[in-house]
Amino acid sequence: MKTRYSFGGDEHVFVEIDEEMSLEAFFKSLSMTNAVRDAQIRGVTEICPANASFQIKFDPDVISPDDMLAEIKSLEKQADKADPVINTRIIEIPVFYNDPWTHETLMRFRERHQDPKSTDIEYGARINGYGSVADFIAAHSGSPWFVSMVGFVAGLPFLYQMVERGRQIQVPKYLRPRTDTPKLTVGHGGCFSCIYSVRGAGGYQMFGITPMPIYDPEQKISYLRDFMCLFNPGDIVKWKPIGREEYDQAVADVDAGRFVPTIRNVTFDLAEFNRNIDAYNAKLLEALHA
Amino acid sequence: MLKVSTPGLATTVQDLGRPGYYHLGIPLSGGMDRFALRAANLLVGNDEGAAVLEAVFMGPQLVFGEDATVAVTGAELPVLVDGKEQVTWTSFAVKKGQTLSFGFLRSGARIYIAVSGGIDVPLALGSRSTYAIGALGGFKGRPIAAGDELPVGAGKGAAAGRNVPEALRRKPGQPAELRVLPGLYWHRITAEAGRQFFADTWKVAPEADRMGYRFRGGKPIEFVPHEQPFGAGSDPSNIVDACYPYGSIQVPGGTEPIVLHRDAVSGGGYFMVGTVISADMDLIGQLQPHTPSRFVEVTMDQALAARRDCKALLAKVREALAA
Repeated sequence: MKTRYSFGGDEHVFVEIDEEMSLEAFFKSLSMTNAVRDAQIRGVTEICPANASFQIKFDPDVISPDDMLAEIKSLEKQADKADPVINTRIIEIPVFYNDPWTHETLMRFRERHQDPKSTDIEYGARINGYGSVADFIAAHSGSPWFVSMVGFVAGLPFLYQMVERGRQIQVPKYLRPRTDTPKLTVGHGGCFSCIYSVRGAGGYQMFGITPMPIYDPEQKISYLRDFMCLFNPGDIVKWKPIGREEYDQAVADVDAGRFVPTIRNVTFDLAEFNRNIDAYNAKLLEALHA
Repeated sequence: MLKVSTPGLATTVQDLGRPGYYHLGIPLSGGMDRFALRAANLLVGNDEGAAVLEAVFMGPQLVFGEDATVAVTGAELPVLVDGKEQVTWTSFAVKKGQTLSFGFLRSGARIYIAVSGGIDVPLALGSRSTYAIGALGGFKGRPIAAGDELPVGAGKGAAAGRNVPEALRRKPGQPAELRVLPGLYWHRITAEAGRQFFADTWKVAPEADRMGYRFRGGKPIEFVPHEQPFGAGSDPSNIVDACYPYGSIQVPGGTEPIVLHRDAVSGGGYFMVGTVISADMDLIGQLQPHTPSRFVEVTMDQALAARRDCKALLAKVREALAA
């Protein structure tokens, strides 16, 4: 990993921890953004961690760009020494894979797809070497995923699969982005999954849909009353495959204000995780279902 | 209260914006031409950051429920009160029951309609600005529509006839020149491509809105040969999804630059060649589709000097309207 610093005009410092994605790069980005927050550097207005990079927005009338850059650089050594351990949450997200709504949408945009004869999930299964869609769903929902970035649009999580690189699901984005994606679609592009928080354009392959809203600007949904966005960078997600009946029930429960998402506090230790990934994930899932 | 008879194209409530939530994908929002927004508020005696209406390409038609002082700044178009033409960048009185309407656009792209007391929609995360993609803020999280009744705050209003002299206004030139600090992923393109990017004359594409302005007409960008890093995607213009600065210039596929503006997507998987400097962001809000435009390379020192010039201009406007 080689850290690269750049200015984004006169109001942003952009820091690329690594060109390629890894949990190590993500943790360093998280650690440095936490250090920037703790240091309470004057003039900072936004602190934005991303997958393998981060960005600080500042007011150059308060602190000069060079001073801002020097302040951030001075935090790198400390971040390198920090234990890659975080206190975070694991959140279960029910997913209706192969649902009728994303299916209807993907059929409307077949001419923008690499393989117009397959559905997105059939294509994803095949190019990742799975014999069936069921096997692919088992792999997608079998391991936990890290929320390595929140953004693009309000509350949208980017999710990084917590397995060895060789087992990570990878798919290209659509050849040309769609102009429509149903709200709460579970998508995948490159090595990242995401949940579309609002309806709109999108380029990720569509695998399913969750009944569980993750963004509510009116803050009426029971678990979004404290804040309108569910996710923070560093959260861990576990997908739970559900069928039509469970989906309809969950939607009714959300509408009635009685849907309670399964969320547990956990500690995540990257070194421990790297020693034995499957065993560590099993422990996380135990904590989720305890 | 203002009753909306016709809404215009995409008229939204905007103030100076909503900082602090970009890390969750909620952008700043706020007026695209903040100089014009501040001037409109100062003209009617509001705080500079009060909420106004931002209208693009065509104005709304509004019926006033109370007497108010009003000013319209930004783009140039005929401003009418019960059909009688008013002067832009100048405060005027509107009586209860009168109708404010607009003629066809003459120049620029966005007008700012300030009403004494400000548009009094509820604060959302500390701002009244509309972020329509996220259905947040403004009037019910969306552009205004016919039949809406927009609340107006209490405020005495300044006198009619206050004016921002023409010498204190800024307009994009022909071609529009947008100053750019190269950086971010500038190293990914060849030296020749970098030279060409600044030499070409581009045109504003029809896809130009509050999220970003797309430009076309320049030569496609050539990339330095490079093995794509894990997680980035296969196209040479792809990066591992990262944050996007306001004003950053991404070039998907190396063909059409997009400058992100106040309703920016907060991040994504396209490389960026640099960033339009803060001093020139207001100008982008006044560009019409097809406007010839050039990107002009500057240093950080030049960017900061331009920023100081903008502040000095604003200080003069404040001074002119202080009395």
